[in-house]
Amino acid sequence: MSETLIQLTYFAASALFILGLKALGSPETARRGNLLAAAGMFLAIVGTLVHKDIVSYEWILIGMIIGSAIGGAMAIFMPMTAMPERIALSHAFGGLAAAFVGVSEYYRQGAEMELIHTVPVGFEVIFGALTFTGSLMAFGKLSGWVTQVPVTYKFQNQSNIALFVIVLVLYLIWLLAPAYPILFYIMMGLAFLIGVLMVLPIGGADMPVIICLLNSYAGLAASATGFVLSNNILIIAGSLDGASGLILSIMMSKAMNRSFTNVLFGAFGSVAETASGAAASVVGSVNEGTIDDSVTVLRNAQRVIVVPGYGMAVSQAQHALRELADLLDSDGTTVKYAIHPVAGRMPGHMNVLLAEANVSYEQIFDLEEINDEFSKTDAVIIIGANDVVNPAAKTNSSSPIYGMPVLNVEEARTVIVLKRSMSAGFAGIDNELFILPNTMMVFGDAKQTLTKMVQALKA
Amino acid sequence: MQAELLFGFYIFMLAAFLGLQVISKVPPLLHTPLMSATNAISGISLVGSLVAAGANYNPVSTALGFIAVTAATINVVGGFMITDRMLKMFKKKEGKKS
Repeated sequence: MSETLIQLTYFAASALFILGLKALGSPETARRGNLLAAAGMFLAIVGTLVHKDIVSYEWILIGMIIGSAIGGAMAIFMPMTAMPERIALSHAFGGLAAAFVGVSEYYRQGAEMELIHTVPVGFEVIFGALTFTGSLMAFGKLSGWVTQVPVTYKFQNQSNIALFVIVLVLYLIWLLAPAYPILFYIMMGLAFLIGVLMVLPIGGADMPVIICLLNSYAGLAASATGFVLSNNILIIAGSLDGASGLILSIMMSKAMNRSFTNVLFGAFGSVAETASGAAASVVGSVNEGTIDDSVTVLRNAQRVIVVPGYGMAVSQAQHALRELADLLDSDGTTVKYAIHPVAGRMPGHMNVLLAEANVSYEQIFDLEEINDEFSKTDAVIIIGANDVVNPAAKTNSSSPIYGMPVLNVEEARTVIVLKRSMSAGFAGIDNELFILPNTMMVFGDAKQTLTKMVQALKA
Repeated sequence: MQAELLFGFYIFMLAAFLGLQVISKVPPLLHTPLMSATNAISGISLVGSLVAAGANYNPVSTALGFIAVTAATINVVGGFMITDRMLKMFKKKEGKKS
């Protein structure tokens, strides 16, 4: 009886998850979609609590109270600018939960575990463990506790691949000899290590890809848990999450014109190092403008496009930017926002920040939607973006980012670049945009510059 | 037993294809909330950890289950809440200044 009840709640939960994800496809219905998915989760949890194996509830209750308190506090107090960190951290928790459920199952059944369960348990623990440490590393890099610069050393790829092969071999041997837990625990330990080493060479701008990939791994680990426990809801939810992470990471790789393997094994920094030595560095004079110069340009502009990048997130400039856009708007100027898929540290990062600053999503456009409009635009304001507006991606075949789709900002009449200094972008590549005659560089912290521009516009 | 495994693979495959279809229709505008929501959904590991934590199999399983319950609950509760907080902010023009 209780088993049927559990299965029915799982059945309903699966439908709610899928309907929820479908509703997430449009901003009008997205909020409802999230609530649908949450309702599905609630059902599945309540259903599970009547499971016949569950005899005591104290640890469940304590765990759920602690978890709700931490999760709720994070959800309420975490600033929107810290969203990439939060996402990375939640992947870590997901990986940890999956890995520990796997260990717990193996510990309980030990050598009696059958092959149809050892296969997914191994998979679950390997992926759960490497997702855990990999996501913690990503979290560390995003929050600045670990250097954002790619860490590379000799034979890095070779040693990483070797390590992975060792784990794979241990896994296969253990499948044949599940009575030797030592194999299992070494395998898990090495998987923890792989997570760290995998993210070590990933630099800041490659974060979107690795975050999506870890998202996918967390989903696969959850799905494997479903196979271990013969639980369909886990298989379905994990599969949905895995598919989502996979699609997003493919999209992100495409937006950088790099293959998956290149992101994982390429260590962008090392590519850029060799390339910048070969490529002629950009020479020319920089056209520096004052606040007043830029305001004059904006006053005379009819059409303005704003291109935000990670720099906007760093200086938290989105509110000042919205104020500036409102002023321009009340003067009859059309203001649009152009978002490159890899702007920021995770997919959709910029959109969330602009939404936080109350920018209407109808003013926000993707690369393909807006790229033809730059030639008809009077002024472009670039805030803390660099590589995604670098024309070298179209013209210079020796550039490390050659072939990457970029925003055609240089086609606009005037390009105003807000930048802290002349330093190169993440990829360490010079940007010839900065020395074009129609470019005006305004140096300083983006938020301060924008605030001053607002004051000057009001005056 | 083998049939059960095969059945599991069927479900996995169908869910994956469905996921690919549904998720590829989500616009880049909503990619962060999407990731946040799918992450909350994958907190479904909670269902597995509940049994491990509450079944009194042995102390080690209970301890591991307890940690897993805590970690998964953080994801479920925090994930859905923060996704809602994010989606609340996505507005059209009329909500210009709040």
